[in-house]
Amino acid sequence: MEQPSTHLRIKRSEGVSVVEFADRKILEELSIQEIGEELDRLVDAEPGIRLLLNFHNVDHLSSAALGMLITLNKKVKERSGELKLSDINRQIFEVFKITRLNRVFEIHDTADQALTGFKPS
Amino acid sequence: MNIPAEFGICESDLTEMVIPNDLRAAKNSEDRILLHLARFDYSPECTFAIKLAMEEALTNAIKHGNRNDRRKQLVLRYFIDDERAVIMVRDEGPGFAPADVPDPTAEENLERPNGRGLMLMHAYMSRVRFNAAGNEVWMLKFNRDEPIERRGF
Repeated sequence: MEQPSTHLRIKRSEGVSVVEFADRKILEELSIQEIGEELDRLVDAEPGIRLLLNFHNVDHLSSAALGMLITLNKKVKERSGELKLSDINRQIFEVFKITRLNRVFEIHDTADQALTGFKPS
Repeated sequence: MNIPAEFGICESDLTEMVIPNDLRAAKNSEDRILLHLARFDYSPECTFAIKLAMEEALTNAIKHGNRNDRRKQLVLRYFIDDERAVIMVRDEGPGFAPADVPDPTAEENLERPNGRGLMLMHAYMSRVRFNAAGNEVWMLKFNRDEPIERRGF
């Protein structure tokens, strides 16, 4: 079932909420706060959420986006959920590596690989 | 602050824009600079690096320098040719001491949501220099700079 959302496309797959970003420029500072709020609502609505952020449509990201993801990751963990990231292009993955955030997030090459790694609900 | 000597340009090379302290206005100026980069055939890696560093510098200036005060302005100066891109951003704030910003890659800071902008500017640009007050930053990127994965980050 697809839910209406301004910046995100959200689908359910095998009990996991799979989120794609609607616009490849969205991870810029201008909209990052709104995206963070949309993701927050998603996490609030489902304790123990199993959440996959698919970056296949994203070709840019800033430190504000990294900050939003860190805050989201903490919130998901506090609610006994799981957050994974997938399909991050080479340039953006480099940003995760430089900031060493590839150690903080669980990052998979593809959404399919990420989906198989979630704990059963 | 004078243009850092190692940037290899002079005052008359620079184009100046004075922009309102607003992210959308900053974005328009950023788009203008990206058009210049495309005209000079900068690689996707270089363009990504400059866009990221420029966005971090502008965001820092708007949020931390001018503290989101819409009555304040930013000065953006730039020079782009096929060899190098130089970008300067100045805000009206009191500045800061870059050396005092904690290392965001230190184990104890990894999960802090803030404090990565400055580090990314240094990582992605060939040179980054601040004035003494810390409210003006000069950044240089060589078009043929080594890809970031080979520069030791």
